[in-house]
Amino acid sequence: MLIFEYSKEGKKAYSLPSPIEDAEIEIPENLRRKTLNLPEVSEIDIVRHYIKLSQNNYGVDSGFYPLGSCTMKYNPKINEEIASWEKVTDIHPYQDESSIQGSLEIMYRLGKALCEIAGVDNITLQPAAGAHGEYTGIKIIKKYLKTHGYSKNEIIVPDSAHGTNPASSAMAGFRVVEIPSNEKGCVDLDALHEAVNEKTAGLMLTNPNTLGIFEENIKEIAEIIHDANGLLYYDGANLNALMGYAKPGDMGFDVVHFNLHKTFSTPHGGGGPGSGPVGVKEFLKDYLPYPVVEYDGKKYYLKYDIKHSIGKIKGFYGNFGVIVKAYAYILTMGNSLKRVSERAVLNANYIAQKLKDLYELPYSELRKHEIVLSCEKIKRETGVTALDIAKRILDYGIHAPTIYFPLIVKEALMIEPTETESKEELDNFIDVMRKIYKECYENPEIVKSAPHNTKIKRLDNIKAVKNPVLSYRMLRR
Amino acid sequence: MRYIPDSSEEEMLKEMNFTREKLFSDIPKDLRSDLKLWNEKSEIEVKKEMKRILDKNKIMLNFLGAGVYNHYIPSVVKEIMRRNEFYTSYTPYQAEVSQGMLQALFEYQSLMAEVLDMDVVNCSMYDWATSLAEAALMCYRVKKKPRFIISKNIHPERKKVLETYTEDILEIVEIGYDENGIDLEDLKKNIDNCCGVYIENPTFLGYFEQNLEEIEEIVHKNDALIVAGVDPISLGIIKPPGEYADIAIGESVGYPMSFGGPLLGIFGVKNDMNLIRKMPGRLIGATEDLDGNLGFVMTLQTREQHIRREKATSNICSNEALCAVASAVYLAFLGKKGLKEIGELCMKNANYTMRRINEIKGFKAPLFNSLHFKEFTVHHENMKEIDKKLLENNIQGGVILDRIGFDLKDTALYCVTEMHTKEDIDKLISVLEAI
Repeated sequence: MLIFEYSKEGKKAYSLPSPIEDAEIEIPENLRRKTLNLPEVSEIDIVRHYIKLSQNNYGVDSGFYPLGSCTMKYNPKINEEIASWEKVTDIHPYQDESSIQGSLEIMYRLGKALCEIAGVDNITLQPAAGAHGEYTGIKIIKKYLKTHGYSKNEIIVPDSAHGTNPASSAMAGFRVVEIPSNEKGCVDLDALHEAVNEKTAGLMLTNPNTLGIFEENIKEIAEIIHDANGLLYYDGANLNALMGYAKPGDMGFDVVHFNLHKTFSTPHGGGGPGSGPVGVKEFLKDYLPYPVVEYDGKKYYLKYDIKHSIGKIKGFYGNFGVIVKAYAYILTMGNSLKRVSERAVLNANYIAQKLKDLYELPYSELRKHEIVLSCEKIKRETGVTALDIAKRILDYGIHAPTIYFPLIVKEALMIEPTETESKEELDNFIDVMRKIYKECYENPEIVKSAPHNTKIKRLDNIKAVKNPVLSYRMLRR
Repeated sequence: MRYIPDSSEEEMLKEMNFTREKLFSDIPKDLRSDLKLWNEKSEIEVKKEMKRILDKNKIMLNFLGAGVYNHYIPSVVKEIMRRNEFYTSYTPYQAEVSQGMLQALFEYQSLMAEVLDMDVVNCSMYDWATSLAEAALMCYRVKKKPRFIISKNIHPERKKVLETYTEDILEIVEIGYDENGIDLEDLKKNIDNCCGVYIENPTFLGYFEQNLEEIEEIVHKNDALIVAGVDPISLGIIKPPGEYADIAIGESVGYPMSFGGPLLGIFGVKNDMNLIRKMPGRLIGATEDLDGNLGFVMTLQTREQHIRREKATSNICSNEALCAVASAVYLAFLGKKGLKEIGELCMKNANYTMRRINEIKGFKAPLFNSLHFKEFTVHHENMKEIDKKLLENNIQGGVILDRIGFDLKDTALYCVTEMHTKEDIDKLISVLEAI
């Protein structure tokens, strides 16, 4: 049932004060609104309806959520509480600087901590999401190269990259050059050499890569790109693997984005809001979007005067409500972030070791924070696909892994358990995966027609595309 | 160790036949480095420290607007936003266990579509400024013409974000404005070879655009698209963008100011597949399951980066979904009568305040003789001094326009909403009178 269907004339949830002065206001006929089809519902209708919807949704707080590349770790409740304080929520971005010292200090401190974690020197917290950070970073690279007299229009991305990498590069006006991975699942140095030329502006890379494999040749890769006067971009989606062990800045990366909604435990909110700060090496600090937060020894302030700034990439200063949660998390963990990465890596490898006899683990054995299994053999022998297996996992009360990504693994299941899951939770998942494997051979139909235990059966995506119904008014037609 | 749920690590390593060292043996020794942060802190310590810092923020009687508004958030909205199943979920890739979020987002699309009188609203963009940038890029995709028109009276931050996104792609042409809205003669003069025209209603300076019909005629006759930036709070009383625009954008409602983020950019179009296929952002569609039950899925994903990569309509992936749920609950809460009533209430309170300020010697409010909604300009020859005096009295006056890069001297933009009381306005007036 949709909220519109509770509507009945005379129902009302809102209550408003009287105007300060009840003078008639004349809106000319040609500017006036004639009809409005919003529902009329009561407060209890709304509460019950949306509580029902929430009960029909699966989050990390419902159970295990091993969605690869998404770092679905537990979202600590203290962070939510702090972010709901009035001194966070009720502050306007244009208030006088003297009245926003708290917000600016949080931003300043978070920026410093992120720089330390990633081995970079300066930072912007303005981007609202990971892809927004990528766009910002690529614009910085573009402006830097242009300012230095280079005319370069190509960005290289490996074939295992996140889809946002090529999309962000294209949006910033670059031609995207894709290079194949080698037999180890890593950047192929020969292919990279071949792709690099005087037009190369940079390379976008995540390390560990989307297979969960650490790029062992990272120093050579950096050298090749830098020798061509290009810059190296770090996609921070996989930073949860490295904290306290290695820093992208030390590997040769010049620009680094962070996903606060992955590595730093802020919730994903069903798709957002996220936050995608971008850190840079010292030589790029004059290219950051304005304003940045600075401290003069007495007070924090917003600095707008940035020599070669790429401009603004969003209104105001960033998703502050998310920034607060990430800072509370880092304040809690401190140097223990190293233990976070250790356990995240242990958990992923534990699953790999316990499933590799049934599900193929292509490429090298040792993974970082996530693993990619292939169901290709299962598909060949039983007709059951990665999609079917994902749907069957839902029947056991677990969220499915990411499927069909990275594109270089056929019938891929991309599994990222994160550090916040216990051995029991992992063992349960492993049992479920082994059971499903058995089902594929003994009773493939039950897997192919999954899910069975969810409130709704498998949904028809093709119908949704062929006959788009995108709003209630389109549904009624 | 906070948030690491057990101490089974040695047991796990033993079962795997791994050593702890092996886990990171693939990272070259010369790349290793430790963190220099601090030791782990307890929950009590963290809360005290965060409170100590955040207490430096000051909440005052506030007359700021300019794209972020102090509207009341009903307790119902806050309560639903705290539902763990919503806020701890990811993008609903597995539709069968995400029907709650998918339906809530579909309802946001539907409710906002009614407010805008559009058919298709995505869920969602980062904010109003990035919605404008994406709308301009979309106009270019649809019309393939290299110029995009804006007026000199739009929000300066929106203009700056637009410039960043369209650099090397579109020529941004700025036209003039007066108390009736954008300058029609200037529009006609510049419309040639334009893919789109952006107008705001109410305008950034708070008054209504008077020439909607004329603008529509000029723009459409020249085969360009109209992008309208709107405030949903005004749409219970004034003409919706669906009656004159091709693309509707704006800042949504139902979540707090939070120092300017997270916010939620609106992005809506008419039911025209040519436009829909060139839209950025996520769309939820209705469909059926195997048993024929109504259900919801993410749809038309071939526009998006995870399918189309460099050929996607936008790179947007994570967005502002939870704010969209808040907006849905908020709009359902107000309903058709509430949206009208809150619009009237804001307009009456703002016009009352404007009149009282205008009565004070040395002040002129508004600067433009037109019909104002909830924001209005206040002119005084020493606006900066006024602002200082107000702050001394714990009042945050309106935003001083040239401080945020808007070309109007000695003028502030004041915003008054349903949150202001007669006592608040009396206090403001008494301080202004004493200057």
